[in-house]
Amino acid sequence: MALSIEEFLAQDEQKDLLRLLTAGSVDDGKSTLIGRLLFDSKRLYEDQLQALERDSKRVGNAGDNIDYALLCDGLKAEREQGITIDVAYRYFSTNRRKFIIADTPGHEQYTRNMITGGSTANLAIILVDARQGVVTQTCRHSYIVSLLGIRHLVLAVNKMDLVEFSQERFDAIVAEYKSWLKQQHIDIPDLQCIPLSALEGDNVVEKSSRTPWYDGQSLMDYLETVPIDQDINMRSMRFPVQYVLRPNLDFRGFAGKLASGVVKVGDEVMALPSGKRSRIKEIVTYDGNLDEAFAPQSVTLTLEDEIDLSRGEMLVHPNDRPMQGHHLRAMMVWMDEQPLDSSKAFYLKHTTNTTRAYITNVKYRVDINTGERVATEGMRLNEISEVCITTAAPLTFDRYADNRQTGAFVVIDPITNFTSAVGMIIAEDEAHAIASTIQVRLSEYGIAPEAWSIVEHFCEELRQRAGINIECIKE
Amino acid sequence: MSYSLSHLKALEAESIHIIREVAAEFRNPVMLYSIGKDSSVMVRLAEKAFAPGKVPFPLMHIDSMWKFKEMVEFRDRYAKEHNWNLIVEYNKKAYEEGVGPFTHGSKVHTDLMKTQALLMALKKHGFDAAFGGARRDEEKSRAKERIFSFRNEFQQWDPKNQRPELWDIYNTRINAGESIRVFPLSNWTELDVWQYIRMENIPIVPLYYAKERPIVEIDGNLIMADDDRMPEELRRQAKMRMVRFRTLGCYPLTGAIDSEADTIEKIVEEMMTTTKSERTTRVIDFDQEGSMEQKKREGYF
Repeated sequence: MALSIEEFLAQDEQKDLLRLLTAGSVDDGKSTLIGRLLFDSKRLYEDQLQALERDSKRVGNAGDNIDYALLCDGLKAEREQGITIDVAYRYFSTNRRKFIIADTPGHEQYTRNMITGGSTANLAIILVDARQGVVTQTCRHSYIVSLLGIRHLVLAVNKMDLVEFSQERFDAIVAEYKSWLKQQHIDIPDLQCIPLSALEGDNVVEKSSRTPWYDGQSLMDYLETVPIDQDINMRSMRFPVQYVLRPNLDFRGFAGKLASGVVKVGDEVMALPSGKRSRIKEIVTYDGNLDEAFAPQSVTLTLEDEIDLSRGEMLVHPNDRPMQGHHLRAMMVWMDEQPLDSSKAFYLKHTTNTTRAYITNVKYRVDINTGERVATEGMRLNEISEVCITTAAPLTFDRYADNRQTGAFVVIDPITNFTSAVGMIIAEDEAHAIASTIQVRLSEYGIAPEAWSIVEHFCEELRQRAGINIECIKE
Repeated sequence: MSYSLSHLKALEAESIHIIREVAAEFRNPVMLYSIGKDSSVMVRLAEKAFAPGKVPFPLMHIDSMWKFKEMVEFRDRYAKEHNWNLIVEYNKKAYEEGVGPFTHGSKVHTDLMKTQALLMALKKHGFDAAFGGARRDEEKSRAKERIFSFRNEFQQWDPKNQRPELWDIYNTRINAGESIRVFPLSNWTELDVWQYIRMENIPIVPLYYAKERPIVEIDGNLIMADDDRMPEELRRQAKMRMVRFRTLGCYPLTGAIDSEADTIEKIVEEMMTTTKSERTTRVIDFDQEGSMEQKKREGYF
């Protein structure tokens, strides 16, 4: 070791963490690629290798070679089927970064697993077989990656060894993929396309001499260097209150994890939904007080004023507020074997807040193979639809596109307690917002009595032309 | 200014969030404490989660009555110094019948003194959530388990029917009799745990550090002669040997490794160059293929 162990540890403590998702079909070598990343970063121990060699001979699909795929197939019942059927997490680290891989299956009926594995990912790797090129499944996975708001995507064109490392073939696949993304209006902020052979190791860790025409980074090099500190929303401070700490009469702290943004001592904050204001007095942690905290730190905040605030409510900056309301539109993925029963009052959990909710309308279903919107009724397992939801208590939320933490929710079946669906908020449901009536006490707006009839006339026009209901109270 | 957390601080924040979520949403949670290094980290994270307040749930140790003596001493001292409410439970009936690894084998012993003892204790106290210090990088079947892992009324895990778990929104809803096992260290690796112990100066059982200890070689495992319940003919073969333990459990079922590593730095150095994974020193894993998954289905942690 060139470094002393102390130097190594000091350096290692400072590494950041990248969470990534891998998706691909059963046959395009995804598990082999992960096995290779683990193997080449020396995360395999001798006994794991021995077990791997033993299993390769017994149930492997790689002939006499080591079947890296077996590393990733965990559960006994699944091992024999030759496919992974749930999300498995893998860990490895290099000199520059720590990685968590969520390995998810490519099978159509397991969309829900890819959604599960991808919800916390910074980056996704989608594999295609260089011989097959872009297939239906590639499109499906890309759609899910964009739906989940994952900003970095690697299109790993695998099995390049089987197409003689042809630049033409690679370029054609990349062109086809990019044109498909464009046609689907899918915007991936950071897309990298890399020619690979997972089996033989080309461009996995080291740049391969067999692809001299490729001037990009190797996969590992890219994974180690892609900047991810901009992935979390640092503009809008959102602090969902998780737990109220009252160890004694003199201390009342609000414990929680910052969903987004930065909070500083002295900041003016507003509690939602109550709208009450105060200032941050202290940012308390076990290791001492901080001057500022940022997402995703877990801290405890104390306030200058004794305002009423409990779990499920949110602290924000008054000049940068989220949306609030009972009605929202969302993209929802159905995760349950039991189809949607819209008469049910589901539990909806959003940040630290749980309320009852009805799915009032399923507007359309997305055919994830083509990206088309299809007329539909109800929702079944693995379907993705835009829905309208009405909640019993008001929610304090952002658009998922703006904030992955405050824009997401899960839907829980009130009888089985299963997580039936998950959702990503698109917007407030304007149709509902407009349908409800706003009462306006004219005197409060400084409108003199002699102008009341004109205002009333104007509101009537609004109602007829735009469907906005404003009831004027003339006092 | 760039805001970025190191991986250890990111893992810490995630774990604290998980621990608080349990305290907020369950009626009667408990933190299972194995006295091992992972437990020590988990306990520190719980202290962090509620500072400056006291942790609002107890610690529970399931004592198989065959733990290393130093573990039990450490447990009692730590709980006292850190003002924890510590519950110790064991399978009284099996203990009185003399169940132990030397007489009944590892399989029967582990089932009765660990798995059954745990199930009985959870039932006795009516705990609806139990924290465990398991990590996903330890073993293949754990790699697939959720952070909030549902158990039916028979305390069993169904790996085929797990609740989807997304973002950091955890489904904590259960019916009467059901419970949830919660693994706040799911995303930590062995190296993360060691680094955190070093960074935070967390006390651990001295058995992790290399020292001359009386060792008997049994079927290739280095077993420490910790008390005179080890059969006489084995004890007589004990020789002093410089060893340490990578994991801790029942002394007759936990193999030591030859090692000179007597500081955390040396342990990490050894770990980085070692060729055996952590669980190979656990004798119980070799019982049958896929045996950890089997135990987990039956309710073992």
